[in-house]
Amino acid sequence: MAQVRVTVDGVNYADDVEPRTLLVYYLRERLGKTGTLVGCDTSNCGACTVHLNGRSVKSCSVLAVQADGGEVTTIEGVARDGNLHPVQEAFNEFHALQCGYCTPGMIMQAIDFLGDNPDPTEEEVREGIEGNLCRCTGYQNIVRAVQGAAQKMKPGVPAETPAPAGVGQ
Amino acid sequence: MTAVAEPEVGKARVRKEDARLITGRSRYTDAITPPGTLHLHVVRSSSAHANITGIDTTEARKAPGVFGVYTAADLGVEGVGLPCAWPITPDMKSPQRPLLATSTVHFAGEGVAVVVARSAAEARDAADLVEVDYDDLPPVLDMEAALAEGATLVHPDLGTNENATWVFDSGAAGTGGSVDEAIAAAEADPDSVVVRRRLRQQRLIPAFMEPRSCVVDPTGEQITIYAATQVPHILRTMTAATMGLPEAKIRVIAPDVGGGFGGKIAVLPEEMLCLAVAQKLGKPVKWTETRSESLLAAHHGRDQIQDLVMSAKKDGTITGFDVHLFADMGAYNGLVGPGVPILGAFMYNAIYKIPALKFTCTNVYTTKTLTDAYRGAGRPEATFAIERMMDELAVELDRDPMELREQNWIKHEEFPFTTVVGLTYDSGNYEQATQQAMSTFDYAGLRREQEERRANGDPVQLGIGISTFTEMCGIAPSRLLGSLAYGAGGWEAASIRMLATGKVEVVTGTSPHGQGHETAFSQIVADQLGVPFEDVEILHGDTQVSPKGLDTYGSRSLVVGGIAIFNAAQKVIGKAKKLAAHLLEASEDDLEFANGRFGVKGTDKGLAIQEVVWAAFTAHNYPEDMEPSLDADAVFDPENFSFPHGTHLACVEVDTETGRVHLRKYVCVDDVGNVINPLLVEGQVHGGLAQGIAQALFEEANYDEQGTLVNGTFVDYTLPSAADLPSFDTAVVSTPATSNPLGVKGVGEAGTIASTPAIVNAVLDAVRQFGVKDIEMPTTSQRVWRAIQEAKGHATQETPVDTHSPGAGLGSIDPNNPQGEVQ
Repeated sequence: MAQVRVTVDGVNYADDVEPRTLLVYYLRERLGKTGTLVGCDTSNCGACTVHLNGRSVKSCSVLAVQADGGEVTTIEGVARDGNLHPVQEAFNEFHALQCGYCTPGMIMQAIDFLGDNPDPTEEEVREGIEGNLCRCTGYQNIVRAVQGAAQKMKPGVPAETPAPAGVGQ
Repeated sequence: MTAVAEPEVGKARVRKEDARLITGRSRYTDAITPPGTLHLHVVRSSSAHANITGIDTTEARKAPGVFGVYTAADLGVEGVGLPCAWPITPDMKSPQRPLLATSTVHFAGEGVAVVVARSAAEARDAADLVEVDYDDLPPVLDMEAALAEGATLVHPDLGTNENATWVFDSGAAGTGGSVDEAIAAAEADPDSVVVRRRLRQQRLIPAFMEPRSCVVDPTGEQITIYAATQVPHILRTMTAATMGLPEAKIRVIAPDVGGGFGGKIAVLPEEMLCLAVAQKLGKPVKWTETRSESLLAAHHGRDQIQDLVMSAKKDGTITGFDVHLFADMGAYNGLVGPGVPILGAFMYNAIYKIPALKFTCTNVYTTKTLTDAYRGAGRPEATFAIERMMDELAVELDRDPMELREQNWIKHEEFPFTTVVGLTYDSGNYEQATQQAMSTFDYAGLRREQEERRANGDPVQLGIGISTFTEMCGIAPSRLLGSLAYGAGGWEAASIRMLATGKVEVVTGTSPHGQGHETAFSQIVADQLGVPFEDVEILHGDTQVSPKGLDTYGSRSLVVGGIAIFNAAQKVIGKAKKLAAHLLEASEDDLEFANGRFGVKGTDKGLAIQEVVWAAFTAHNYPEDMEPSLDADAVFDPENFSFPHGTHLACVEVDTETGRVHLRKYVCVDDVGNVINPLLVEGQVHGGLAQGIAQALFEEANYDEQGTLVNGTFVDYTLPSAADLPSFDTAVVSTPATSNPLGVKGVGEAGTIASTPAIVNAVLDAVRQFGVKDIEMPTTSQRVWRAIQEAKGHATQETPVDTHSPGAGLGSIDPNNPQGEVQ
């Protein structure tokens, strides 16, 4: 067993884990963060994308012990103070999800991507999210949502959408 | 007078189901872990075809956390066979599909034993310790070879690899002429042509994003099965029949389901195995597959050889179409697998006035993963065949492919039109959709550019592809399904419960997995009952909440399930009207219902529906001849399919030096009848297009000579990424369906059905000038380049199928050449 101390969505945890435990299974099975999903076993699909120390990672390709001392944000920690993140808001507004399975990873990747490129072209968005697979939407509305979110996140545009009931409890 | 409320139907409502999914408050099956849950892992065959000579579970049983390692015999399930609900002919062969292989494995990935342990990781670890000895048998991989005399038999006791042969002949059926006569006449007539082609539908994998999963919890009075399924109701009935349990003792819950596309309509061996183990151990048992297991063992789709003969007069009038298919069933019959090609049988004439049509399909067993429904199921294959043949005929006759189509298609004033196969198309307007699509696409302008590039010998050539499709969906009229020997009906059920507080619970027997039913159905009910959209709650996917239903596939949820809801709402209004009349001391005839209010005509007296609901709840004052309830149930059985159609146009750039195909422009105009929610329709079309385009350009499940799936991971089964696809230009026109009161048609499969031939027609249009006659799907860089080289008489080297996937997506990396494809 190895010890991991990690902050996840603002809560501090200290746990003993099997050294081989992947971060995604630690999040889902130990911490109950089932909003983060597993879609493949080859790190191709990106459904498990979370932020580790502020950057997006595929949590199926990170060991839980590698997150030791770090800070993890999952889809469950993105809405703050009862407000949805502009990317979450845009995914709803632009109908960027259908079955919802790729959505947590897509949103986490989009947030990271927009941090690097706050005003992307369509082409740049497509390349920026190509590590996340979606089988439902054909990506078009995801691309629109990411570009729409970029507009919302421009300096001076406050995000003021209250989170849906039940979020952030 | 109340102001007329803006109708909900037609509004681009954002989805009410999103709130949970964008915040991670989801509940997919793998998130459900009742206390004490044990985890099941399947030991799968590494061989495509072999006799099992020994299974040694000794070491696995000793591994930490292991509760048991079981073969079929250990569980007492050797006699259990998984169901096939579609015996397409009376003499169809039906080999038993066991829960676990006993003496012989019939495809790579078939289960041999299961390990049950405290954690999923322990179960997987222990599964590696199970030793299975195989005595290999020759694999059966090629359909035609499988049908030849002396072929190795997949199931020797059947005496053949043929599952069934199903024939429809318009001459014999009396719905049209004789194809044999039409073709013979054309052959004898110098003013006619006969076009013969062989086309191939490659094997595809549905590849829903959520891997399949189930949890069977035996701890309550009813056994609860949570399953990542499209078909909770069918699963309940089939589980009862398969496992010999009383149906009333089984509750199936489909929680959030992460996509299906037909891939989740099955009754799984793993579901039945979890049930058997849960009963044996008295504990909840969970199985969640890995992606690699999913690609290997979940059913595949398509995989047909299409031999096509079309006869036509030289003026372009089609006189007959003879279709002969071989369809690969894989090793066993899927739940509806044998019927999948038959769902296409009636669509080979498509939108055209073809006077004679014959369809013959021979289903064949091979030692591959079984095939079953995948988005479109039979209809993409039919549409591909006819739309490719329309282009082939146009080339033969040197005609513009759109003009040739228009010459043959059913004109808008000819609806309703009874086709050569006896179906009646209720409504449509092919001219309207086509005109709009051609104008958005700038067909004439692109043809000019194409000419210029040809004239200049540009290394990048342009291709334009057309698909003017229709399909039959909204499965389906029960009597018609009966005539096709389908094992169930096609009705759908709904209930509406008017809660005391005026809120409305709507129960549907359909079972969404991404479509947006909650939003669309709420819009319908809000309009019908005159209640706020927010006051409607849609319940589904739990057989104790929604006891009656036939689930979601075949673009049926709205056109069958939505109409059941509509009809239930009419019944609620009828009851409420009677009570309102009683309370208002008026005659029912003097009441009018609008915007949620029963008003007495010519007065300002009236009651809101919520007030009537409260009166029914308190039941202090109601008529003698009615029950104190406004709730209503409805079951709707459609009288006809729905027939969406559309015109799809693709423009591709083909780099003739590398073979790379770049999809530059895609325009489609679809007629899906009245639109409940344009946002949802657009989403369905986008997703459908992506899957149809992926068949044309990227995806194929490849087997090597040993019968092993060689691209069974997302590294090499190349689902398109965002960077592989363009933005599509989609639009709708509407000729309302006349077969249902909302005038709606199905939309879930349309994009997939339509798009594949548009792309392949475009690719061929770019390279026919070099003498290329056909390129099999997927039309990867390698295949396109090779086709051009061969047409020019240059030698090319064959690439073995097991080196890497043919997919051209950006995710495709050749392990032998990781820097990229060098031709």
